[in-house]
Amino acid sequence: MKLEELANQSSEWMRGQGPESDIVMSSRIRLARNLSEFPFIRKCTPKDRISIATSVHRALDSLPLSADTEYVDVAKLGDLDRQFLMERQLISHELSESQGARAVILDPHERFSIMVNEEDHLRLQVMQSGLDLEAAWQRMDQLDNQLESKLTYSFNKRLGYLTACPTNVGTGLRVSVMLHLPALVATKQIDKVFRALNKINVAVRGLFGEGSQFMGDFYQISNQTTLGKTELALVAKVREVVPRLIDYERKARDFLVNESRQDLHDNVSRALGILCTAKKISSEETMHYLSKVRMGVNLGLISDVKIPTVNKLFIHTQPAHLQKLCGHKLSVTDRNIERANYLQLHLAKRPESEIN
Amino acid sequence: MKCQHCEKPATFHITELTEPNGPSVLHLCEEHARTFLSNEGTATPASALSSMLAKQLKIKSAAEELATADKKTCPICGITFADFRKGGRLGCAYDYVAFEDDLQPLLVNIHGSLQHVGKEPTNQTGAPERQHRIMQLKVEMKEAVEKEDYETASRLRDKISEVESGNESSWSNDELEELDDDFQSDNPIV
Repeated sequence: MKLEELANQSSEWMRGQGPESDIVMSSRIRLARNLSEFPFIRKCTPKDRISIATSVHRALDSLPLSADTEYVDVAKLGDLDRQFLMERQLISHELSESQGARAVILDPHERFSIMVNEEDHLRLQVMQSGLDLEAAWQRMDQLDNQLESKLTYSFNKRLGYLTACPTNVGTGLRVSVMLHLPALVATKQIDKVFRALNKINVAVRGLFGEGSQFMGDFYQISNQTTLGKTELALVAKVREVVPRLIDYERKARDFLVNESRQDLHDNVSRALGILCTAKKISSEETMHYLSKVRMGVNLGLISDVKIPTVNKLFIHTQPAHLQKLCGHKLSVTDRNIERANYLQLHLAKRPESEIN
Repeated sequence: MKCQHCEKPATFHITELTEPNGPSVLHLCEEHARTFLSNEGTATPASALSSMLAKQLKIKSAAEELATADKKTCPICGITFADFRKGGRLGCAYDYVAFEDDLQPLLVNIHGSLQHVGKEPTNQTGAPERQHRIMQLKVEMKEAVEKEDYETASRLRDKISEVESGNESSWSNDELEELDDDFQSDNPIV
């Protein structure tokens, strides 16, 4: 599998299918695991890091799932490839930027990835389109069991799976749901929602995780505690909050429509107009307008654009993706031109459809 | 007064109480104040963790208490509690045992619990206590060799391989031999 092949396909998490997919982009589950015979990452020697990567690679090779997965040596990848994997959320910023032996094991359909030598020795993540946390947990549980049959994890009865940061100890589980909340942003209610979520120990992050900005009005909500509850209880905790957020967002959308359907229609149509006609456009501006278009399509105000197309454009217009798709490195200015071309190609009405 | 980050007038004056070096005052324009306040709720876990630690230690201590905790060193990976406080990351799994008393209030603070109730691995030989036991036995073996007590050294070597393979007997050989002796002494059937 070449990374170029990934560039042309849509990730599982951006398919835009599954329950509540007008608001819920994807469900994601992550587990943190460490191998008992090595110290945690901060005390690993370069040799330890190599041994960890080798142990994991060997364990994987003896499992049936190895037939369909790709082991990628991240230390050998160039800047562009690492950024590309980050934009697709297959690796984290930490894995991309750290030094020494590190790897990612990729499922060709991008339904899961396993990071090796990130903050913990292993970070397993499972991705699912739409709101389907239980299915994601079932798949994660099986993946974890398979790896555990070949590796010895650091674990004790009292504190569970032992992790480099005490915030992950116990289950090592993070359950997250990515939501598109443009109307809560437009009605300036989003800060209120955040504060309320923080009070009940639900964390909020941007599209690209920790510390990232809230680009394109995408928000990831997740559990903050990992110890003292079962995995299924943690899954339920996050899942039960989601319908409320969906409800708040729908109410905000109704409010915008009721306030002035014409203004809203004008606003989303102008957004589409800019994306279709601009000759140079930055990534931030693209995300900003794509978010409006996405809401416009979901509210039936824009009819000739499909949601999977919009979802794909969010990722394909990111800097590394643009460069991968055109096959070579581009300067910032050239990227802005290339991005405008790419958007036009995928969004503007084509002459044929006008004739027909 | 101007905003600390731009030329606009500062209309927000924020006193930050969670800074480790005591309260700090920020003068910001509306826009930068909004950015600052919205970042607060989304601070990275690592920074949230160190501010939580700072708060907790302030409440608890007595500077000398903090100094004692900071000096504790993990016998396996060698990091001190102070190293952990600075980086927010532990050095090895045994740190959870070595720094148990100091980590407990932090774990309660983060998770509201001290007991794992979730999934367990089938293979439970990866407990840090076991790693520590192996290390101790190795030190004892080395000492025995230095004292030319080869009998003890060989017993310890067997013990280490037992622990390493996860087949450690709950009884020492001496104890079992004693059992045999007691059973056999004055016993007409053996």
